[in-house]
Amino acid sequence: MHDKSVAQLIAGLHARQFSSVELSRCFLDRIGRLDGAINSFITVDESAVLAAAGAADQRIAAGGAAPLTGIPIAHKDIFCTDGMRTSCGSRMLDNFVPPYDATLIGKFRREGAIILGKTNMDEFAMGSSNESSYYGPVSNPWDKRLVPGGSSGGSAAAVAAMLAPAATGTDTGGSIRQPAAFCGITGIKPTYGRVSRLGMVAFASSLDQAGPMARSAEDCALLLNCMAGHDPLDSTSSELPAEDYCARLDNSLEGLRIGLPREYFGEGLAADTARHIDSALRELEAQGATLVEVSLPHSHLTIPAYYVIAPAEASTNLSRFDGVRYGHRCKDPVDLHDLYTRTREEGFGAEVKRRILVGTYALSAGYYDAYYKKAQQVRRLIKQDFTDCFEQVDIIAGPTTPGPAFALGAKSDDPVAMYLEDIYTLAVNLAGLPGMSIPAGFVDGKPLGLQLIGRHFDEARLLNVAHRFQQATDWHLQRPPDPAGEES
Amino acid sequence: MAIGQDEIEKIAELARIRIAPDQIGDVTRRITDILGMVDQLQAADTKDVEPMANPLDAVQRLRADEVTEENRREAFQAIAPAVENGLYLVPRVVE
Repeated sequence: MHDKSVAQLIAGLHARQFSSVELSRCFLDRIGRLDGAINSFITVDESAVLAAAGAADQRIAAGGAAPLTGIPIAHKDIFCTDGMRTSCGSRMLDNFVPPYDATLIGKFRREGAIILGKTNMDEFAMGSSNESSYYGPVSNPWDKRLVPGGSSGGSAAAVAAMLAPAATGTDTGGSIRQPAAFCGITGIKPTYGRVSRLGMVAFASSLDQAGPMARSAEDCALLLNCMAGHDPLDSTSSELPAEDYCARLDNSLEGLRIGLPREYFGEGLAADTARHIDSALRELEAQGATLVEVSLPHSHLTIPAYYVIAPAEASTNLSRFDGVRYGHRCKDPVDLHDLYTRTREEGFGAEVKRRILVGTYALSAGYYDAYYKKAQQVRRLIKQDFTDCFEQVDIIAGPTTPGPAFALGAKSDDPVAMYLEDIYTLAVNLAGLPGMSIPAGFVDGKPLGLQLIGRHFDEARLLNVAHRFQQATDWHLQRPPDPAGEES
Repeated sequence: MAIGQDEIEKIAELARIRIAPDQIGDVTRRITDILGMVDQLQAADTKDVEPMANPLDAVQRLRADEVTEENRREAFQAIAPAVENGLYLVPRVVE
């Protein structure tokens, strides 16, 4: 059962080939046996899983099932789960048991999906390697010496290792797409505002967006159908109605115009990665798409703009962690100032502190215009580049990352080198566009991702292109070795 | 832009984060690296460009001024580090 797609599992549940309890036990058993080798989960509550699965089986038997009823889904440990610890990968929230559900979690619960567990992540979603987690790094199932990517590294590794059929992630600068690429799975970051941010621990509020991670575009579409939609409790949630993301999956690509930004294929892109991306694009061309060279002339300013805006917003958002209302509190504070400063010294890891400090600096008196305002102006130029491109083409395509997964520890001591990993993904968040990564080949046994970028709210088209690609290729069907294989 | 250790100490104070004395040099060096990378922004021509705060240029939506939330004080205080008689406890602020 563990290697089946979500679509196949839905069919199996409805044909009574297996029950949700059996399905859930299968994944709990795999997590118990195999996750020690990759560390993709932070919290798994077996009895809650089985209780929810039992209820799902009854609902299916009674004929009242929704599409995802009975399907176990893992959630990044950034989404608040009522009564279940939500750590955000941080010591600060190690003891935090939310008194409410994120909107997204509530939607999955109402649909009857099973919360399989909470996945490991970079602390407060700040990282590209999953090495900044308080709960230790996650290993890439394809090669345990490699990072899985980040920040949704636990979700990506769990799905790749078939410890979960699908998972949720969040993407502030590439945190769904980059780990999806590194782990050989499919992930989509929807348009900013498409999925509710309520109950998703905030990192950078004008960039954060949740999305599905699975082993195919079709499975991502099934999850997005449950996740997307307006939420009156999130003031930045779009009021545009969500659509059926499965409806157009099979549409022909005849006449589709695909823009290839020359800035995404130049210096910095590894030659063997470029070759695979080129082959993938030829496949889309063979299906009737036209490849058009385009330009995103402000691409070189993406990383600097992002690393002002995201830390600035983070420094504001993370000011709420004060040791007073919930979360970590230092021992025996001598006064209120000591309570704040020592709680935050102990509760946050090095990368989170760095970003808070950079953000505080960028927002402080005397530097605001030079940094924050300037970055917001550049942000508009970056968005305008995309607007101009989308007058000529329907989607944009290129590599998700400059190369495949790097070794654990290789960049963890050099923040700027780590930031450069996100060169192709950050602009999508700055412009608020939907972007996805799909498996497109291997370099030395390491997966590579093809990135597809769409117009605002054009998720269905991205999923259509990805699905058609996956109908003609089998990169997404490749499976890593059993995670415990080398040990057993 | 180079940033001095004293400036890092000032920012850390603004951010209410204690930095251990033996780490301040290392933190200063890394933040200098990051700000050096970020300084590429200064070369960009942004004359007459309106700053962009929201990718969809959305405006803040306001809801009707009505009571919609129930009082859940006990549930919220159950997860607090220290409470007494419905109040959050902190070290004495006023003598």
